[in-house]
Amino acid sequence: MTTLSSPLRTTTAATPPSSSGPRRRGRRAPREWLRDGGLSTLVIACPMILVFGVFSWFPIGRALVMSLQETNLVTAPVFVGLDNFAYVLQDPLLGKAVANTLWFAVLALVFGYPLPLAAAVLMSEVRRMRGLFSALAYLPVVVPPVVAVLLWKFFYDASETGVFNTIAGWVGLGPYPWLQDATSAMPSLVLEATWAAAGGTVIIYLAALVGVRTELYEAAEVDGAGVWRKIWHVTLPQLRGVLFITLILQIIGTSQVFLEPFLFTGGGPNNATLTVLMLIYDYAFGSSLGGNYGAATALSLMLAGVLAVLSAVYFRVTRPWSS
Amino acid sequence: MAANTRTPSTARRRAPEAVERGIVSAHDRRRPSVRGSLWVLQGGLLTALVVVGLGPILWLAKAAVTPTQETLRDPLGLFPTGIDWANLATAWNRAEIDHYFVNTLIVAAGAWFFQILVATTGGYVLSVLRPRYGRVIFGLVLATLFVPSVVLLVPLYLTILDVPILDVSLLNTFWAVWLPMGASAFNVLLVKRFFDGLPREIFEAARVDGAGPFRLLWSIVLPMSKPILGVVSVFAVIAAWKDYLWPMLVLPDPANQPLSVRLPAIAPYLELDVFLAALAISTVLPIALFLAFQRLFLSGAGLGGAVKG
Repeated sequence: MTTLSSPLRTTTAATPPSSSGPRRRGRRAPREWLRDGGLSTLVIACPMILVFGVFSWFPIGRALVMSLQETNLVTAPVFVGLDNFAYVLQDPLLGKAVANTLWFAVLALVFGYPLPLAAAVLMSEVRRMRGLFSALAYLPVVVPPVVAVLLWKFFYDASETGVFNTIAGWVGLGPYPWLQDATSAMPSLVLEATWAAAGGTVIIYLAALVGVRTELYEAAEVDGAGVWRKIWHVTLPQLRGVLFITLILQIIGTSQVFLEPFLFTGGGPNNATLTVLMLIYDYAFGSSLGGNYGAATALSLMLAGVLAVLSAVYFRVTRPWSS
Repeated sequence: MAANTRTPSTARRRAPEAVERGIVSAHDRRRPSVRGSLWVLQGGLLTALVVVGLGPILWLAKAAVTPTQETLRDPLGLFPTGIDWANLATAWNRAEIDHYFVNTLIVAAGAWFFQILVATTGGYVLSVLRPRYGRVIFGLVLATLFVPSVVLLVPLYLTILDVPILDVSLLNTFWAVWLPMGASAFNVLLVKRFFDGLPREIFEAARVDGAGPFRLLWSIVLPMSKPILGVVSVFAVIAAWKDYLWPMLVLPDPANQPLSVRLPAIAPYLELDVFLAALAISTVLPIALFLAFQRLFLSGAGLGGAVKG
């Protein structure tokens, strides 16, 4: 990070004199604009403006409007005020979906937050073959998520000869129902999701550990600190920033979980793995409900509101660290 | 370990010796008890990483060439009694994995092209050309970082059904996947930051020599930006390979679907061994990319965490 940000800072300091030419105060004549290459600049900006305009800015604006409308693809949309929000808030499934999503997020933190940190700290002490360690840790991240889910679905086979049940059988446990039981379904989903994502977190921690100021370790040793106290009082405080980043990123990621519940369980058994994003999907594209675009956008805006608060906090806190 | 005996000497040679050390000091590393417990801990971690990280992938590789009955009877048998190479051929030809593989390549190639196009031209305009409206556009681009993709799901789908101004439907065309992937604020930010770090004197010199904005981009800026283009490219291809929900929505016709969408759909109709072979085939290319560009992936993952802020 330090190597990345230092050249940026020097250039931003050096830029004002060169940019003073084209950015003059007041309106310029169109001819002058043309002569300064304004047209070619606009042409070069076109891909960005068009692609963002049509596929990002326009749909975002449309989401705000659609949440207040009743939209079906046959008749013209009608404004219905806050009816869509009321509909979503009165849906008995909403509470279930929110609770499940929170449960997923909590489990994902329990499974996936301390472990990568411990692994990264241990890996940072490796002197040889560190590349091998990080490559192995990152390997699951590279497996396409759909393949990972389908593979784990087979591993979770509830019969006695299922892969995980065979392993559990070696130590005299099981067989477990895994995905087929309302209580164990969600932890099973989180276990796979953690397997698929933890490697990325490990790499982020490893990169951050390189920046830890090592002279403090010596100071701690002089004061007679052992390994644990060095980790607790020197390493972890310096990782505070990154620990916070991964925490927020993980919460934002897990609150939008879709692939695992959709492909593993379809939201079942008995809605035990129905998440907020699955409910949005069901409103808009599901076979039984379906076509309720207004409710779907209303719910997605509410979710986005919660996430926006989180990311605002995140940007606020991380701004001092990045440039 | 040989490295342990080497560490103190190199540390003494370099003036700021703190650089070489970690949590455990070089002095402690020489103590047999510390060395032993480090060895045990790291050996344990390596074993765990092999079992957890590599294990499922090796299992898939084995299962892809093992007959169904054997995989079902003894899923954790280390060596299959009869290797069934025909699984791979059956999956490739009869299950039409070849067709979906090509679709995936098309999706990834187009997504790569549009992400590179938008990110480089956008980053170039915002960082080097800096028109007066650039500030506004940059603000709007940054603002989309705050908007989670959930919000876009439904309105973007309706936009694909009826693109404004053009009045055409992109449903069942690859454009529906390619173009929205181009609108990646993260890429624009990443490339803009890289361009910000390039020496501006070179741009001025090129301008003095009569290079226009197109020439400057093509002959000066892009050749200097290979590292960042590599990062964006790898992530673009991997993201396109991974994507599931969006291509499933906008490519309902199986003839156009990529592997990620097709695999869950064909699962119930395939024999287990052929299905597992299909899964293995879908994993080969991403893993090969990872092994080939390991450093790019690992530095990029760290970058992602650092730059997103």
